[in-house]
Amino acid sequence: MAVLLLAEITDGSLAMDATAKTVAAASKLGDVTVLAVGATAKDAAGEAATIEGVSKVLVAEDAIYGHRLAEPTAALIVSLAGDYSHIVAPATTDAKNILPRVAALLDVMVLTDVTGVVDGDTFERPIYAGNAIQTVKSKDATKVITFRTSTFDAAATGGSAALEDIAAAENPGLSEWVSDKVAESDRPELTSAKIVVSGGRGVGSEEDFKIIEALADKLGAAVGASRAAVDSGFAPNDWQVGQTGKVVAPELYIACGISGAIQHLAGMKDSKVIVAINKDEEAPIFQVADYGLVADIFEAVPEMTGKV
Amino acid sequence: MKVLVPVKRVIDYNVKVRVKADGSGVDLANVKMSMNPFDEIAVEEAIRLKEAGKASEVIVVSIGVKQSQETLRTALAMGADRAILVTAAEDVHTDIEPLAVAKILAAVVKEEEPGLVICGKQAIDNDLNATGQMLAALTGFAQATNANNLEVEEGSATVAREVDGGLQTIKVTLPAIVTTDLRLNEPRYASLPNIMKAKKKPLDEKTPEDFGVDVAPRLEVVTTAEPAERAAGVMVGSVDELVAKLKETGAL
Ligand SMILES: Cc1cc2nc3c(=O)[nH]c(=O)nc-3n(C[C@H](O)[C@H](O)[C@H](O)COP(=O)(O)OP(=O)(O)OC[C@H]3O[C@@H](n4cnc5c(N)ncnc54)[C@H](O)[C@@H]3O)c2cc1C
Repeated sequence: MAVLLLAEITDGSLAMDATAKTVAAASKLGDVTVLAVGATAKDAAGEAATIEGVSKVLVAEDAIYGHRLAEPTAALIVSLAGDYSHIVAPATTDAKNILPRVAALLDVMVLTDVTGVVDGDTFERPIYAGNAIQTVKSKDATKVITFRTSTFDAAATGGSAALEDIAAAENPGLSEWVSDKVAESDRPELTSAKIVVSGGRGVGSEEDFKIIEALADKLGAAVGASRAAVDSGFAPNDWQVGQTGKVVAPELYIACGISGAIQHLAGMKDSKVIVAINKDEEAPIFQVADYGLVADIFEAVPEMTGKV
Repeated sequence: MKVLVPVKRVIDYNVKVRVKADGSGVDLANVKMSMNPFDEIAVEEAIRLKEAGKASEVIVVSIGVKQSQETLRTALAMGADRAILVTAAEDVHTDIEPLAVAKILAAVVKEEEPGLVICGKQAIDNDLNATGQMLAALTGFAQATNANNLEVEEGSATVAREVDGGLQTIKVTLPAIVTTDLRLNEPRYASLPNIMKAKKKPLDEKTPEDFGVDVAPRLEVVTTAEPAERAAGVMVGSVDELVAKLKETGAL
């Protein structure tokens, strides 16, 4: 069996963590060929070639792939699909945009956010905000899958797969990029950080989110947020952790002023150690916390920042 | 321009999900069902386009069990103009896969020729996040998923999308498929007079056969299990105790 794996590349740079974790998941399925797509993709392809378990890297470098628009990238993958039994990618917003389109063009179902590989046809994935785990067996000729990276360990590096340039496919030309609004940050990336400090509605304002950020910076952590904090404008959308935001599983997750709705738990309950700080002792977050502290975050969080 | 909005009847987001003891699935008998929250946002956006004079008609369509009619009535009460019910399952536990749903929707698109289809980005039951993208593939239309803001212009739409790095704005040629994210709008509640009026709005009943679509699943559900439980934790009395515990266990 042969696997085509879409590498996670943004503006020419490879997301090593997400890609290497997907390689680890895909290695169980067969021989892995990585596809590096972008306006610039050579450097990223070279990096992906070092991931152990990768046998070849296809490089499609063309201006039409500049912003990972779904239509041209899906068309390219479909043009290559005949050679592969599985087409896979990390479950990022980019891949979740592209792969269902690929699947429908191939007349097959898509399996998203897969957390376990049973065999080449059978996979596990969470449903109902992670309240149930479904094992499904695909009857389709080609399996199209996104893997939830938080549940796989990254494949090691040290390999040296060959690169091969491939031509761009036809551009459907249906959409064009206008602009990106990306916050520059020196903090670790949320989905691969060892520690995440998250704030909820209890933080109260964008201004007060600084107490969450200060603790995160002291710990070298990423910052997360609940939906309520994002909806209220305290935090940007890309910080949202949960069923419909990012899924994280760090070594340590510190939830501050978050009640613990199932939609939030869906995004963090696989963290190794969970700490909850909340002034309401009845808050459901305490049911999943390894260490719970009933306290006002405006006192406890700055105190903790001073003591770690 | 017509706007088409697919809506799905799902377990209410507040209901605690129970996995059936025989591993055959999640128990949906006698639980509260509602419109998928992302679809409510889609209906709201379509109605706002009509109120702004940018859409002529809002058509809602649901594919599932016949009780999905209630979901369609809710959409009509919010302000949609007419509804199409495609009865594709007998048992509430049968989930029609996104590929089959997209095929039926593609057939509806062919008949109705909407300028825009607004879908929810994911259904909160199967959490697949696929129908909109699949419909875009089958119709050959552009797609803009995870919409945070939508501006409809002459022949195109500009969509700000929620992506992992922040926001990406793209311009898509119409007709297009847009999928909604949480911050696109806040859906309205239907007023009592509008709920009454909705009962008289047209609702067309169809079956997958009418569209020549086979809804047989491609995925066989082998088993459905409870997720692993977390071991019980402890409460600490102070920040000092918390920090000490975290250092002791190597978490810090
Ligand atoms: C379709 C759908 C998708 C969703 N997706 C997500 C998702 O991906 N992620 C997500 O997080 N949510 C999601 N939600 C929302 C979810 O249901 C909850 O509404 C949300 O998680 C609540 O956020 P919160 O805990 O910050 O706010 P609240 O529930 O309001 O809780 C605030 C908490 O802060 C505490 N508090 C207040 N002040 C203080 C203080 N000074 N000190 C200490 N504690 C304090 C309170 O005791 C309370 O427990 C989704 C909902 C829907 C319907």
